[in-house]
Amino acid sequence: MAISEPNPVPALAGSGSAYVTPSTSFGVFKRPVQSTGWRSWVFTVDHKKLGIMYGVVAMIFFIIGGVEALLIRLQLAAPNNKVLSAGAYNQMFTMHATTMVFLFVMPMAAAFANYLVPLQIGARDVAFPRLNAFGFWCFLFGGIFLNTSWFLGGAADSGWFAYAPNTALAFSPSHGVDFWALGLQITGIASLTGAINLIVTVLNMRAPGMSLMKMPIFTWMILVVQFLLLFAIPVITVALFLLSFQRNFGAAFFSVEKGADPLLWQHLFWIFGHPEVYILVLPSFGIVSEVLPVFSKKPLFGYKFVVFSGAAIGFLGWGVWAHHMFASGLGPVSVAVFSVATMAIALPTGVKIVNWTMTLWGGKLRFTTAMLFAVGLIIEFTIGGLSGVTHAVAPSDTQQTDTYYIVAHFHYVLFGGAVFGLFAGFYYWWPKMFAKMLNERLGKWNFWLMVVGMNLTFGPMHILGLQGQPRRMQVWTDFRAGEGFFNLAFWNRVASVGSFVLAIGVLMFLINVVYTTRTAGVAPADPWDARSLEWMTSSPPAEHNFDAIPTVHELDEFFHRKYEENEATGEIHQVSTYEEIMADEATRADKHIHLPSPSYWPIILALGLPLIAYGLIFARLLAVFGAVVVLLAMFGWSMEPSVADESDYDPPVDGGPTKELATLG
Amino acid sequence: MADVAVHTPPADGHDDHAHGHTTSTGLSNNKLAMWMFLGSECLLFGGLISTYMLYRGRHEGSPTPSQLYNIPLTSISSFVLLMSSLTMVLAVSAAQRRDDRNTMTWLTVTALLGATFVGAQVFEFTEFVREGLGFTTNLFGSSFFTLTGFHGVHVTVGIIMLMALVGMVSRSRIPGDKAEVVEMIGLYWHFVDIVWIIIFTLVYLIPS
Repeated sequence: MAISEPNPVPALAGSGSAYVTPSTSFGVFKRPVQSTGWRSWVFTVDHKKLGIMYGVVAMIFFIIGGVEALLIRLQLAAPNNKVLSAGAYNQMFTMHATTMVFLFVMPMAAAFANYLVPLQIGARDVAFPRLNAFGFWCFLFGGIFLNTSWFLGGAADSGWFAYAPNTALAFSPSHGVDFWALGLQITGIASLTGAINLIVTVLNMRAPGMSLMKMPIFTWMILVVQFLLLFAIPVITVALFLLSFQRNFGAAFFSVEKGADPLLWQHLFWIFGHPEVYILVLPSFGIVSEVLPVFSKKPLFGYKFVVFSGAAIGFLGWGVWAHHMFASGLGPVSVAVFSVATMAIALPTGVKIVNWTMTLWGGKLRFTTAMLFAVGLIIEFTIGGLSGVTHAVAPSDTQQTDTYYIVAHFHYVLFGGAVFGLFAGFYYWWPKMFAKMLNERLGKWNFWLMVVGMNLTFGPMHILGLQGQPRRMQVWTDFRAGEGFFNLAFWNRVASVGSFVLAIGVLMFLINVVYTTRTAGVAPADPWDARSLEWMTSSPPAEHNFDAIPTVHELDEFFHRKYEENEATGEIHQVSTYEEIMADEATRADKHIHLPSPSYWPIILALGLPLIAYGLIFARLLAVFGAVVVLLAMFGWSMEPSVADESDYDPPVDGGPTKELATLG
Repeated sequence: MADVAVHTPPADGHDDHAHGHTTSTGLSNNKLAMWMFLGSECLLFGGLISTYMLYRGRHEGSPTPSQLYNIPLTSISSFVLLMSSLTMVLAVSAAQRRDDRNTMTWLTVTALLGATFVGAQVFEFTEFVREGLGFTTNLFGSSFFTLTGFHGVHVTVGIIMLMALVGMVSRSRIPGDKAEVVEMIGLYWHFVDIVWIIIFTLVYLIPS
């Protein structure tokens, strides 16, 4: 390392205990080295700890977003209801969507990606551990920043897609939209750095022998998602900058009175927004593609098709954005082109559904909770996919635009698709992450309440929408509710009751987590008879993930080490157990593993960003201060080696391996 | 805000915990990350350029683009910026020869050429404002200043990185492979140059 400092370790060998002093970073701070307590989390760069932190924070935002949804449904439970004022209602649906999309589904997918991708590819960490920590803190601080708008004059009230001119100062005079635009910039930095980091990790740090087509399917889907993020985030960045410039510096971008074209915002937003849909759902597709083979005791049917259909979705996803804008008068040619492209993207999605179904076909199915959620995804997502195809038909879409039919559609694909996949992931990987099995009985309650709840909530919205109930309207009236089967009052009440059933279902999960944590006992290391590399290590994995980096020969490497096929009969029989494989790997254990060292700089750098954002809204001086913090942190960061000096590590005991950073008392 | 990320990938220490074995692609992690980041930047400028192209004809209440643009001046400043790419190449080559003195010299020259470009841009902006085109005057003004301003900020960030690099080379403060750090800042610098070629062509040379 280039840091030219005298070695701070006194040469005292043989006295039984050697002194260890952490080297200083840039002569300012001593490196954080604690391996226990809050400091070991706040300054960590360990992808597993960061993954868990992403998960916990995303879950908290899920609850916040869920409460917002319940308030919306309470307001709509009765005609002319007064639970929320019109203003509060506008803020509620804007923040519900923003929270669920940017602060729950995306970071929860990031939680799984962070935790699992290095394990699935047989790496010891991500390519840029400090950047990883920085991404998490950006997400956390951005999310907190966004939500403080509730207490500082009101949250954004323009809808999550913030159409111009609704976001103009004249129509949204509170600071809400400013908070929204700046907050999403900060979480956007988290997504962008995360995307770069994971792409490099997957492309560069695979275990020997793991070619791209031997990569676990979850990692594949995450790779596709990171490319989508890489190219989608800068587009929303531009849109948000234009919006901020308009509101804070008087630029004209969306001022119709100055001749602006409101379609500019719509195009920029949806060029980001449609790939975003796949950013939300593809990680869950990946999770389900891991879960189904394990609980069917069969390899994933048509692995290559699942990979390439995922990649195809990644490409086609860029060519369909204007189907969100059919009602805005694009002209017949554009509408026809985007209509056809939208129908085309149903094909690769359909390929996936077929592959999952064929994976189940003839398998030895075990209906664990994880499997139930995975099967639930196939069914609910297909319903949402079918109503999606009806939107590709432009004349029908024009009729449905801005009605509850659209709300029904995207909740089926996002809740029935993305969220169900994430829950399948919780149950499947919980023993990996925490060495405890989530309770299956509570899990079944969790699943069935959620399925019933979501269908009760979102199913009736199809009817409501086709009957013409508009989205984003705070009241409906009995006077115009209609008669008989299509009575709006009845279906609105069903949806509201359903939303509480759904909430109880989610509550079951939280109860399950608390219950499981308090229960004694350790989960088996390979409880599901799994197939991929993340299971070929201890649970939870040691800080360095693998004692020896495994050499990969097959897709589903772990499965192929456990089982062999009899060439003549085609029978599969077990040849090895988890313990034997681990013992074999242990003979090749690396002696000298130096993990990336914890650092103060990621959190300091990330702290500067909300300071700048608050400053831009309230006091420019604060923004200057935040910028100085950011700049100094960048310099501190760039001069700090990513791995500590040799002297920071505990000396090897009896010539054994050195793995952990030395701890200071 | 995207600029914040500019510093981090190149500044990150090189991939120490994977040393000893090569990467799957053969490209170093740092360099691959820089390429990815620049790929992302293409879409950023793509969005800004599209906005400008949509609005460049909407110049009610200000002189028209052809009345404002001082093509000879901008051509000279563009030439200066292009020459800075040459000096950047010389800096990278010196760094690869482990010639610290020449590395620092060429990095400084690159930064000075970049600063000349930014200076010309500041002069141009003040001229435009004097002639009646402000940021808030009309759609043409808002989109012109935003696009060229974003590019100017990118050049400025590049200059800061270059100067920081000179300081760090002189005090041996760079963790990891020095030549690679110089090369990565170089990648960024060339990218910003190429973007300018596109902006210069689309904004200044093609009549609206």
